[in-house]
Amino acid sequence: MNILSRLFYNYRRVAKAIKLFVLIAGPGIIVMVADNDAGGITTYAVTGSQYGYNLIWFLLLLLPVAYIVQEMTVRLGAVTKRGHAEAIFDAYGSFWGWFSLIDLGIVDFLTLITEFIGMTAALSIFHVPPVVTIICVTILMGFMVLQGRYWTWEKLAIIFCALNLIYIPTAFMVNPSISDILSNGLIPNIPGGFNNEFFFLLMANIGTTIAPWMIFFQQSSVVDKGLQEKDIPWSKLDTLIGACATVLVAIFIVIVTGTVLKGVNIESAAQASQMLMGVNKYVGAFLAIGLFDAGLLGAICISLASSWAFGEVFGWAHSLNNKAREAPWFYVFYFITLLGAGAVVLIPGAPLVLITLFVQVIAVTLLPAALVFLILLLNDGNLMGKYKNTSWQNFWSFTIVILIVMLSTLYAISALFPELFK
Amino acid sequence: MFIKRIKSILAWLNKFFARRFEKIIEINRRYERPRIAMTPMTRIALLLLRIYLLLLVAILFYKFFTIIMGK
Repeated sequence: MNILSRLFYNYRRVAKAIKLFVLIAGPGIIVMVADNDAGGITTYAVTGSQYGYNLIWFLLLLLPVAYIVQEMTVRLGAVTKRGHAEAIFDAYGSFWGWFSLIDLGIVDFLTLITEFIGMTAALSIFHVPPVVTIICVTILMGFMVLQGRYWTWEKLAIIFCALNLIYIPTAFMVNPSISDILSNGLIPNIPGGFNNEFFFLLMANIGTTIAPWMIFFQQSSVVDKGLQEKDIPWSKLDTLIGACATVLVAIFIVIVTGTVLKGVNIESAAQASQMLMGVNKYVGAFLAIGLFDAGLLGAICISLASSWAFGEVFGWAHSLNNKAREAPWFYVFYFITLLGAGAVVLIPGAPLVLITLFVQVIAVTLLPAALVFLILLLNDGNLMGKYKNTSWQNFWSFTIVILIVMLSTLYAISALFPELFK
Repeated sequence: MFIKRIKSILAWLNKFFARRFEKIIEINRRYERPRIAMTPMTRIALLLLRIYLLLLVAILFYKFFTIIMGK
């Protein structure tokens, strides 16, 4: 009886914990999975085709990097109850505030363009014209935000996050060699040596794993959801699960193209899908569906990140819990950025694939500026209290900043003086 | 009639942008005194970092355009 009642007690405890986690989870999983956006899928597809399994070790290293950065936004949002843009304005004044906000606006708009590039490219494989894709996506995203409840938006977004896992069965369908993955992928190696292409791809991979919009998005999302300081431990778990999911999906995409398309010069995930359709129509179709889903998730989050940030600073009502009439400028800004980005994709002759890869690299190049402000805010004892950064957190955060700046510098040098790295 | 329409649109645009600039001035006034006082060294370091990163982005754009022109 004693054992039974103890078992029942433990079962109730675990069930309650799971229920609480499900209530609190969302911002971390969504931001991390959305991180595998259209540009990310393209980057991973190209990584697999150019280097096979040889850079899987690098993707694994990005897991703790993504977690360290995003975990800080959780604490900052839950403690300050303010979005990142407003927090910078308040703490450091309007000069640094505008710098950060304009940075975010430009990078977000460029990244949104890449999401539409991915979505239109994915659906064009199924003979859907780009303009139809853009209109349908805008309507879908409008429906998601205009129903006036953050919770509903979040649950719909999580459904799209689940669809992102389509790459996992896809990887099994191409019958990769596990021994090759383990021997080539897990031991750090620099295939082909240091050169411009290698640095570019490393930076694109970092840029697709941590991006400035993620910092602004997760913090605002935590605030809009109404999370409190007592929810921080569960939010951290939410972020960790999201980080694991994002890296797992990235690895499986690399496995797909690394198995079937290694050595083939592909420039985009859409091109990879079309080639894979020749090998196995389901593999190609799943890659295309995943690409569309990735672009949609990215577009959902990035457009919100900008709208939340500008809404906070300009003092507009800026919650998903507000209906359109209550927060007109928030939703106007949201739709203008969507339609503007969609319109760029329709420009005839635009180098869409090149734009996709370069935007990832631009985002990671500007990331240190966003990270430094995040770290400085988290070191403010008056603001953060007991949730201030520890010395280890500062050490790892600044290490990430320095490594990104070094890699950006190496890429710039290799771009200007390619002979140096031959 | 058409000219009247154009004039009223221009007047609305004028009002719209004037309101936006007022808003920006109001935001700047609201955040005039930062809550955290940065030391001059921190300010200089942050500014140098920003300038450096923008320089790297400029190099990226240069690379982007050389690839486009080369195609």
